[in-house]
Amino acid sequence: MSGHAFKEFKINWGMVIDLDKCTGCGACMTACQVENNIAPMVDASNKMRTLSWMLVFELSNGKPAPEAEVAYLPRPCMQCGHPACVPVCPVVATDKNEEGGIVSQIYPRCIGCRYCMAACPYHARYFNWEDPIFPKGMEKALSPDTSTRPRGVVEKCNFCHTRLMHAKDKARQDGGDPEALAEGAYIPACVEVCPTGAITFGDLKNPEHKVHQLSKSKNAFRLLEKLGLKPQVYYMSNREWVRKLGDNYAAGGKPGAEKKHS
Amino acid sequence: MDRALFPEGLERCSFGKFALWLLFITVFLLYGLYAMIVIFAKGIVVTGLDNYFGFGLWITVDLAIIALGAGAFFTGFLRYLLKIDQLANIINLAVIVGFICYSGAMLVLCMDIGQPIRCWFGYWHPNVHSMLTEVIFCITCYCIVLVIEYVPIILEQKQLYRIPFIHHLAHNMHLNMALFAGIGAFLSTFHQGSLGGMYGVLAGRPYAFREGFFIWPWTFFLFVLSAVGCGPIFTVLIATLMEKLTGRKLVDYKTKALMGKIAGTMLTVYIFFKLIDTWAWAHDYLPTTGLTFDQMFYGVIYGKWLMFTEIILCGLVPAIMLITPSIRNNPKMLYTAGILDCIGICLNRYLFTVQTIAIPLLPFDKWQTYAPNWAEWATTGLIVAYGFLVLSLSYRYLPIFPQERAMNK
Repeated sequence: MSGHAFKEFKINWGMVIDLDKCTGCGACMTACQVENNIAPMVDASNKMRTLSWMLVFELSNGKPAPEAEVAYLPRPCMQCGHPACVPVCPVVATDKNEEGGIVSQIYPRCIGCRYCMAACPYHARYFNWEDPIFPKGMEKALSPDTSTRPRGVVEKCNFCHTRLMHAKDKARQDGGDPEALAEGAYIPACVEVCPTGAITFGDLKNPEHKVHQLSKSKNAFRLLEKLGLKPQVYYMSNREWVRKLGDNYAAGGKPGAEKKHS
Repeated sequence: MDRALFPEGLERCSFGKFALWLLFITVFLLYGLYAMIVIFAKGIVVTGLDNYFGFGLWITVDLAIIALGAGAFFTGFLRYLLKIDQLANIINLAVIVGFICYSGAMLVLCMDIGQPIRCWFGYWHPNVHSMLTEVIFCITCYCIVLVIEYVPIILEQKQLYRIPFIHHLAHNMHLNMALFAGIGAFLSTFHQGSLGGMYGVLAGRPYAFREGFFIWPWTFFLFVLSAVGCGPIFTVLIATLMEKLTGRKLVDYKTKALMGKIAGTMLTVYIFFKLIDTWAWAHDYLPTTGLTFDQMFYGVIYGKWLMFTEIILCGLVPAIMLITPSIRNNPKMLYTAGILDCIGICLNRYLFTVQTIAIPLLPFDKWQTYAPNWAEWATTGLIVAYGFLVLSLSYRYLPIFPQERAMNK
């Protein structure tokens, strides 16, 4: 209903996260914080105000022991194909306009109205409640590639976009095509650090990239698929109860059912 | 002391009494100003908002006062374009109330955004696809229109009116008021709708999302109808409150009942479509998202009682009361219906703002609750106190009510 036309891209950077491999160790969260210069909060006791571009949820099958099972679900920004957040921004501080389909966030443009946060059902957008303060000495370890954000703007995961820029630069230097990166030439920090290899990253449209096949697996699913936002992050699990927790089925319907509205 | 400034032939309370009243208002103003300074200095970290509830009391207040201030554009439209002359008895008050509501809303919006210094980005870098852009432009433009409508009322102040230039300026502005009433009606209709559209386009929020017509979701039209269904009666309630506070008759009951009839008619049309919309949403749309009607509600704080109170007790009931002449012509019943009507519309704005984002959509997520804190309440109180201040000064020194002299002989 917004009248916003969405672009189709030749490349769709995406993830497939194997929930059966994820141990919930939180390394992806830590790597994300380091890579993106997210300052540790002085008081992080209020989890509704922390900055967690990558957040690991704990899932439970709700059964008592001995049938009790848990799974862990890392949730980055879904980089939706039809993002709910982009058309609502009044100042074009977020856009899905670059080849690869990564939803951008332009910090110097954001006015902090938080309309995009209200729009995102995944809670993948975070507000800077306070100015970042890095403990003494930590400023020496900051990434020179990523700008820090001031108080009052919204931020979110961007699949470590600066790594994409570096990968493209390297391809140019090596005489390659920056728009046809080989698998592994560009991977976000969370993918690189995952000790169990639960996160696979690549171009969802490129048959030479693993994610292309994995995303088509019968055990693959996307979160809240019925809302029609078309996330570029897929999950997979052999366990049906885990797959069922990817969407709502209370009113009937099968996993992966297409939504009715446009 | 300030008798020379009173409107021609009208009595006002003593200056001492008025000063005491202003002192009472100033307490709330100062507390609100203190909160505002703290918010601008430390940021909105001092509020009760968080990453789940990016919208809260402020946005609810914004939407509510803009709906309640709809009396200005709709009464202006009926008075100047449809030539319903009886509304001349209350049009000045409607304009002042509208001005207070819109200027107050703009102040709240400046506090609400995380980067107030970038508030002009909305005009400089507009996203033409965003309903909020439309809201920003229309509210600003309409607030300017309201200033233009308010200025001639100020120029009619007894001492100012004696200056020939000001006299002629005020006269000529009055002559052209139909033009501004028309512009105001156009602008206000669009941004009332855009405020509804802001929620209706949220494809990721099933409580608010609606299909619609062309680029406008149904909430666009529902918000317009609900605003004109409560704005006129809110103006009547303000007039009646002023009568109670001043002990003087200001607007004849015939005009009040007419405003009640206008609001009641629009509220009835609104409730008719709102009931259809709610049924279609619960019956047709929600199942496509895999959610049920029951899942939209939680406990008492986000319980179904809120929706039933909004639509039935504060929607259908006042609509019936206002369109029934025998009920409408009873002052107590008219005011009761008016209060219910206004509560219902405020509740509607609250539900679209807070309930919409409170619902956990991820099956493994949990309900979270939101409560505004002192900073949000204090600044809301600031807006209310600001409204009382503007109304008090306008009533004391400006000829707002054409019937006042005749009715208080």
